[in-house]
Amino acid sequence: MINTSKSYRLSIGGMSCAGCVASVETAMKSVPGVEQASINFAEHTALVKGDMDIADVINAVKTASYDAAELKGGEDEEAEKEAIEFAYYRALIRKASVAALVGVPLFIGGMGGLFPEIDSKNGQITWLLLGFLTLGVMFYSGKHFFTGAWKSFRVHNANMDTLIALGTGSACLYSFIIVLFPDSVPSLARHAYFEAAVIIIGLINFGSALEMKARGKTSEAIKRLIGLQPKTARVVRDGKEIDVAISEVGLDETLRVRPGERVAVDGVIIEGHSSIDESMLSGEPIPVEKNIGDEVSTGTINVSGTFLFVSKRIGSDTVLAQIIDMVRQAQSTKPAIGRLVDKVAAVFVPTVLILSVITFLAWYNFATDNALSYALVTTMTVLIIACPCALGLATPISIMVGVGKAAEMGILIRNGDALQQAGKITTVVLDKTGTITEGRPAVTEVITVAGKDETLLLSMGASIEAGSEHPLAAAIVEYAKDKNITLDKTEKFEAITGHGVSGLIKGKTILFGNARLMKSRQIDITQLEEKAEALSQQGRTSMYLAIDETLQGIIAVSDPVKKDSLDAIRRLHKLGIKVVMLTGDNQHTASAVAKQVGVDEVIAEVLPQDKSAKITRLQQAGEQVAMVGDGINDAPALAQANVGFAIGSGTDVAIESADITLMRGSLHGVADAIAVSRATLTNIKQNLFGAFVYNSLGIPVAAGVLYPLLGILLNPMIAGAAMAMSSVTVVSNANRLRFFKPGS
Amino acid sequence: MMVNIIGILLIALIVWWFWIKQPRSVKVASNEVEIIVDNGVYSPSNIELKLGQSVKIIFLRKDPSPCAEKVIFEELGVSLELPVNKAVEVTINPEKSGSYVFNCQMKMYTGHLKVSA
Repeated sequence: MINTSKSYRLSIGGMSCAGCVASVETAMKSVPGVEQASINFAEHTALVKGDMDIADVINAVKTASYDAAELKGGEDEEAEKEAIEFAYYRALIRKASVAALVGVPLFIGGMGGLFPEIDSKNGQITWLLLGFLTLGVMFYSGKHFFTGAWKSFRVHNANMDTLIALGTGSACLYSFIIVLFPDSVPSLARHAYFEAAVIIIGLINFGSALEMKARGKTSEAIKRLIGLQPKTARVVRDGKEIDVAISEVGLDETLRVRPGERVAVDGVIIEGHSSIDESMLSGEPIPVEKNIGDEVSTGTINVSGTFLFVSKRIGSDTVLAQIIDMVRQAQSTKPAIGRLVDKVAAVFVPTVLILSVITFLAWYNFATDNALSYALVTTMTVLIIACPCALGLATPISIMVGVGKAAEMGILIRNGDALQQAGKITTVVLDKTGTITEGRPAVTEVITVAGKDETLLLSMGASIEAGSEHPLAAAIVEYAKDKNITLDKTEKFEAITGHGVSGLIKGKTILFGNARLMKSRQIDITQLEEKAEALSQQGRTSMYLAIDETLQGIIAVSDPVKKDSLDAIRRLHKLGIKVVMLTGDNQHTASAVAKQVGVDEVIAEVLPQDKSAKITRLQQAGEQVAMVGDGINDAPALAQANVGFAIGSGTDVAIESADITLMRGSLHGVADAIAVSRATLTNIKQNLFGAFVYNSLGIPVAAGVLYPLLGILLNPMIAGAAMAMSSVTVVSNANRLRFFKPGS
Repeated sequence: MMVNIIGILLIALIVWWFWIKQPRSVKVASNEVEIIVDNGVYSPSNIELKLGQSVKIIFLRKDPSPCAEKVIFEELGVSLELPVNKAVEVTINPEKSGSYVFNCQMKMYTGHLKVSA
């Protein structure tokens, strides 16, 4: 029985009185497994002990209407990991050097005829001593291969260790037999292979060390993200500003950020203003202006002013921590293309073992002279040259680099499948509002029916929209407030999806929405229809307002197109992708916007619930469809598409909502994501091709198929070098992705 | 002749040992099990549990080789990073009976989680 009782420190938010302490404590103790929960009211922290999932405790506190987050120890996990890896690297180099120190003189001595013949009395003693020296080196430099092979064997598994241990072990064993009983084999076969065993062990260790170095670079992106987290923060406590370790910063604490400093935790500005460089999270190069009430995110840099903010998310809850977590998770997943290889990898080693036995038998039976020597050398070479690692590494190592590279550009890819799908996209469907356009509409025209009052029209429009969540509603309410128009209370408010809104104000029935809404209620709009149409042609959205079934006028709202939407769509075209715009807006407005940005097809007047059906139709026509939307209103369409892109602005985007999340509001992110996915897929294919070709050519050549025709036989030491380099090559090829630059 | 017979027997033995013979598995009795990650193997590498039984698996990686740094239960959507000499826990509660594989990224470390109804 393992004792898994653990203790955690939590920061508790929202506790204002001693009574709160009791309710938080009760909530914590209600979680099964909690043995002790003690709260420090002065520090607003809690110490929880027991055998439970800390997330359950946090949820229990949140359910009780308080806030909680884990305070993690300030240990630097990444530095610790690096230290362990470096020690391992040094050990591998040491092992390789010792093997080389013994193996190379043995090799030269053997080639140069410096050692006496094995079957002489002197020779036997010399070779026996060399044999023991080899055994010593094998023990020092190669013990891990043998223990690994044995342990895997016991659980019916076989891996790279099995192949190396068998290859070098059989060479060593055979050599000892020759030395001890030279007469047991024909005179031509009396050759010891001690130098081969030692040199192969040395080469494989050296290869592993090189691979380790190269691998370190593959995780650079994640290290850079981790490096964004400041180690200390300047907290205001009891009116004094003090620097504390980041693990000591709790929820609802006031923090000071000076120019040039990084924001230490997520929070909301309460004093001062500044411009903040968020490029490290969103890829957006231009600093963002932030004022009181705006959110700031961990890791972003305060460019100019100094400000105070209150911490709202700490530890693993910050956006930065979530990004790191998501990238890490994604880096361990594999696209479908990699799963086929997994099947091969799973049966690879036993298959090679069988091939090595067949090789031995073939040579033993069919070689005309010196059959035993040939059989042994070829069998050993087959075992050594086969490299399951190159095959196994091919996919995950490219995913690791590709997903990391994307994260650096503010593109969060959920998993390997999303990456593979994104690489195959043929059609991109873009939502209009907030995707192609800024998503911050403004009122451009207010037109009344002759004789009607403009103030009344605005007042009614703004009053009824005050309760609506539609993006256009906010624009109208804001416009009315700017004109100092007071809003009235709306009763019986109803949002008619895809049409507009209705309600009662001061006993009068108000209808506010598009032409479809008016026509469905038999309201005559002929007087303004032409004007509305003309506005639509300019990309404006016109909304009709009727009081007690009489048309009052129209309010036109326009949402400006993002500056770089046109460029980004051109890039998508260059990638050979068809671009479709999908919107609930009317045909005229949609077409006007479409014309400005050059999309290939417009699907307008689509009700939100029908968006996913439109995606399905495109898929049925054989297209691989990506849907780009805000991730909230478009959830069903994002889910239906082959790849769903959630596009955010700054760091407020919901990371969990889509296959690919674009931290930057620009559509360039879509083109970048597709380009980086394509590059990663190409890289995986190159790796897989290389690994397959290497193994499927290397193994037969090692077995000696070229010998009868060309007289070529592979030296087992060359096989060892090839094997050691094959996985290094795969990792280095994946590392090329680090330098990938999407075209602009 | 003798060599050929030994060779063929060896092939049969390889097929039987690695592909046919099922490794012995450890039944999870106390709802938790510790798996040591070292020398290219998970020990124990085969775990058996009953459907509906939730099990806490504690991984302890001792092998510093980067091959061991991740463990992935692909069908269950679980992927864990294993720091050297630090226990990492995961609670698993499969909804269907069957055999679930867990591996390192390169499929060299392999384990099986058998869930019986």
